[in-house]
Amino acid sequence: MTLHTRARRTAAAAGLLLLAAAGLAGCGDDADGASGSDTTLRVSVFGNFGYEDLYKQFERDHPGVKIVETSEGDLGQYNTQLTQKIAAGSGAGDVVAIEEGQVVNFLQSADKFVNFQEHGSNDHKDQWLDWKYAQATTADGKDTIGLGTDVGGLAMCYRKDLFEQAGLPTDREQVAALWPTWDAFTQVGEQFQDAMGDDVHFIDSATNTYNSILMQTADETYFDHDNKLIIDSNPAVQNAWDTALAMSDAGISAKLKSFSNEWNAGFKNGAFATIACPAWMTSYIEEQAGDENAGKWDITTVPGGGGNWGGSFLAVPTVSKHQDLALELVDFLTSADGQMGAFEAVGNLPSNPTLYDTPALKDATNEYFSDAPIGQLFVAGASSLKPVYLGAKNQPVRDAVENAMRSAENGEKSSSEAWDTAVSDAEAAAG
Amino acid sequence: MATLTSTPATPAQRRRRARPGRGPRGEQVAGYAFISPFFLVFAVFGLFPLLFTFWVSLHDWSLLGDRSWSGLGNYSKLLGDDHFWNALRNTLGIFVLATVPQLLLSLVLAQLLNQRLRARTLWRMGVLLPNITSIAAVGIIFTLLFARDFGLVNWLLGHVGVEPIAWQQHRWSSWLAISVMVDWRWTGYNALIFLAALQAVPRELYDAASIDGAGPVQQFRHITVPMLRPTIVFVTLVATIGGMQLFTEPLLFNSGANAITGGTTRQFQTLTMYVYEQAFTGQEFGYASSVAWVMFIVIALIGALNALLLRRLRGVQ
Repeated sequence: MTLHTRARRTAAAAGLLLLAAAGLAGCGDDADGASGSDTTLRVSVFGNFGYEDLYKQFERDHPGVKIVETSEGDLGQYNTQLTQKIAAGSGAGDVVAIEEGQVVNFLQSADKFVNFQEHGSNDHKDQWLDWKYAQATTADGKDTIGLGTDVGGLAMCYRKDLFEQAGLPTDREQVAALWPTWDAFTQVGEQFQDAMGDDVHFIDSATNTYNSILMQTADETYFDHDNKLIIDSNPAVQNAWDTALAMSDAGISAKLKSFSNEWNAGFKNGAFATIACPAWMTSYIEEQAGDENAGKWDITTVPGGGGNWGGSFLAVPTVSKHQDLALELVDFLTSADGQMGAFEAVGNLPSNPTLYDTPALKDATNEYFSDAPIGQLFVAGASSLKPVYLGAKNQPVRDAVENAMRSAENGEKSSSEAWDTAVSDAEAAAG
Repeated sequence: MATLTSTPATPAQRRRRARPGRGPRGEQVAGYAFISPFFLVFAVFGLFPLLFTFWVSLHDWSLLGDRSWSGLGNYSKLLGDDHFWNALRNTLGIFVLATVPQLLLSLVLAQLLNQRLRARTLWRMGVLLPNITSIAAVGIIFTLLFARDFGLVNWLLGHVGVEPIAWQQHRWSSWLAISVMVDWRWTGYNALIFLAALQAVPRELYDAASIDGAGPVQQFRHITVPMLRPTIVFVTLVATIGGMQLFTEPLLFNSGANAITGGTTRQFQTLTMYVYEQAFTGQEFGYASSVAWVMFIVIALIGALNALLLRRLRGVQ
């Protein structure tokens, strides 16, 4: 249920409708239209993985195989359903996507997934960033339940037209020079706010900035590698909390809740001028802001160096009846070609480091974002990526912290009250 | 021989004598067979989940990982759980805020629909329309209406000089908005049930009241309401069960990240939302089950209270 995957949802409405149908939608996708020797491979993902063309290619190479993708708009809902199906031992697709925040959780029941090591994944594991491969591998190193698709990477998306109105530079190099650090970023924000009044704000919300800072500075966040809750003693958490809330106190936040209808409307209406954006977020922004805002956005580097936020894996549940084909499909989709195809389709940054030097990735630009050199920007972010360990209970703890931060941002609680709530709720959630 | 006839009858004979007209054994079996589908369905979809939930609630049961026996541990943990009490309070609060005006309104609406109206059937069908609208659509539309920045309600309030209200942020405003959603959906439905009951009230009572000089308001108070008492209790009971299980409206009202917590300070998280959060976000399957069971008991208690009230009201009559 991390922002990452939520971001990828195609439409808020679709997700909400599915939420409502939650009780019924448990499983029941029995549409295996296999007739004769035809085989249907079912793939379940959330949001948009950009696999349409790759599926077609796979189908061409495998006559008689048909791929049916089901996509859930809402990551939280997707995770809930996937967990139910995995726990129940039936109903999951032949290939399922697992988000970074959930993979630790599913490692608890590694026996419910095909172990890629038994199919030779160790022989070509240099195909992924070390930590990416490690993230989906059990602590004893014997079991790998997922192969990497994309990683987050981090950059800063900003509205050129609003910057111009506020009398700030608009060129992405000059903009980058404005904010080497998050403190400098806050100062630029205050300058922006003074010029623009109260209708437009500099950042979308404290929570998004908070997550960017946290995922940038930390090796561990809420849990240490022994799954012990360290929220109260980890300076990285405290620092990200203070920095983000200082921005809110400075009055530069639009205080919009991530992935809410109003946040979505904010992209279209230009309610905020900057948002920290991992690679997968660019397609989300484009979708929400719409054609009428094409060319108004640009991308530059994020304060404080690179970081990672989000990213996914593909896995094959052991209940799949077509395991061999499913494994082949996963190999294909997570191969260099597959990852590049997804990058070209929706801009998801590959987790394959050998691609980072290829011209196809390095020279890629994004027309919607004023032809920003997304290849360079995100690869630069990715090369300084540090792995962040997320515990099995990361999601509920993160929800608790974000809720508390919003209550401080909205003025319902003081910062220190909100922090106390965050810690006690995190302790309750960690169990 | 006489002694023989005076022998006491066997139990079977006595039963046969006690129930004259009873058919042979085969028909008895057939009778049970005919009503068995209900009991089978109830056992599979009602009783089994109920008992299984109780069994789960006695464990520390992670959806994906381990499970271990914990006895009544979950229940004692629940007593000290602020979030549980908060959810219970929200549920009861929203229930009262939504149900009281809803029942009053639907009574009045039923009374209106019972008049001689032009295109009467059209009106009667009209009030049911909100009820057949998809609940998800209702949630989305109302959430947009109550949006902070671009919502219609704040826009209207702006015309009379009221500052924009962040409806999701405060306890009172979120409860109010959710109650409006619930009322919009269920008022017409309840009005139709009341209407059906109203039509069973003998016209002569009203005619007599009119002759005695009672106005419409007096007639409503002294004839309509007393005659509808059983219906009112029934509708209240149904509304209680529905209200205690309120889920979709508050969930959709909190669009975006962490929807299940019902606001930043859990100001509108209902019990069912808490059950769902514990089970699927927190993966505390056992604990969620214990909350579900307590919820069941609360509903049963309120139902019993209703039944008591009904008996008392009858006594008064």
